[in-house]
Amino acid sequence: MADKEFESVITDEMRALIGVKGPETISELTTTSVRMFARSVGYVDPVFYDEAAATERGFRSLPAPPGYLGTPIFNPAESDATFGGRRGGGGFRSPYPLVLNGGTDIEYTGEQICAGDTLTSSTALASLNERWSGALGVPMLIQVSETTYTNQDGKVVAYSRGTGISYPAPGS
Amino acid sequence: MSDAVPDQIYFEDIEVGDNIPELEKNPSSQQLVQWAAGSGDFYQIHYDTSYAQDTGLDDIIVHGALKHAFLGELLWRFAGPEGSVKRVQCSYRGMDPAAQGRESAKDQKFLLRGTVTRKYTEGERNFVELNIEGVRADGSVSTPGNGVVVLPSRG
Repeated sequence: MADKEFESVITDEMRALIGVKGPETISELTTTSVRMFARSVGYVDPVFYDEAAATERGFRSLPAPPGYLGTPIFNPAESDATFGGRRGGGGFRSPYPLVLNGGTDIEYTGEQICAGDTLTSSTALASLNERWSGALGVPMLIQVSETTYTNQDGKVVAYSRGTGISYPAPGS
Repeated sequence: MSDAVPDQIYFEDIEVGDNIPELEKNPSSQQLVQWAAGSGDFYQIHYDTSYAQDTGLDDIIVHGALKHAFLGELLWRFAGPEGSVKRVQCSYRGMDPAAQGRESAKDQKFLLRGTVTRKYTEGERNFVELNIEGVRADGSVSTPGNGVVVLPSRG
């Protein structure tokens, strides 16, 4: 399928951000936040809800279900009102207003991640690409970002790689 | 409802090509709102039909990260109480609608399944790699990916 031709929106300033780590984000895990995440996925395993069941299985407290890497501390002065993380992400801002999630990759180091933990993360833009969306009839900017998560003891607990897709409003 | 705590499976019992137990979901608008709270992602395309349509979508769609978390649950259940999930990767190749309204005819069944592609031991840990995917009711795959779990040994 040949891409429709469109004007690139990637600038030198945007390319210069590739590989540059953004500011740190602090995320917390609490018993309530772990339960809320597990409930929203639909887990029925008591290990995510009952602290006695969790410690019996060898966890320090309720373990984080796969995909949960804490909730960024919310502060209206600097947090994104919609997504909760740091406003403006790691310094990169797409010129397009609308966003979709293109993919998620989380790799765990094997260190436990449990309620009571505080994770520090920082994100770097890894790549920028563009392509035409036949489905939406608009150009799309595809950004891949990489994040490392470290716990309160200084141990790396996880790496994540996220693909974000941004695009202009169809028909605009 | 499947058993709350899945049975333990052991590294020796797994062969390349094995299909792991499937997990069925039916993501509803209620679940998407629960996920918004659980994950902190309050983007309106996941609960506001008018907003979703203004951005070019047909209707509200399931959060990509929720589909990733579904695949995480599939692997968590496969790994069992003594195993662990090492990696969950997936791409969001298509949008998945959410079930809305009270009639079961409006269900949006979403099936999670996986197949073992490789098994190996590193140090004292036993790894199993899998192809995993989220499948719509019509059989099309919207969410292909890969996973790795660590399994205990019978030894």
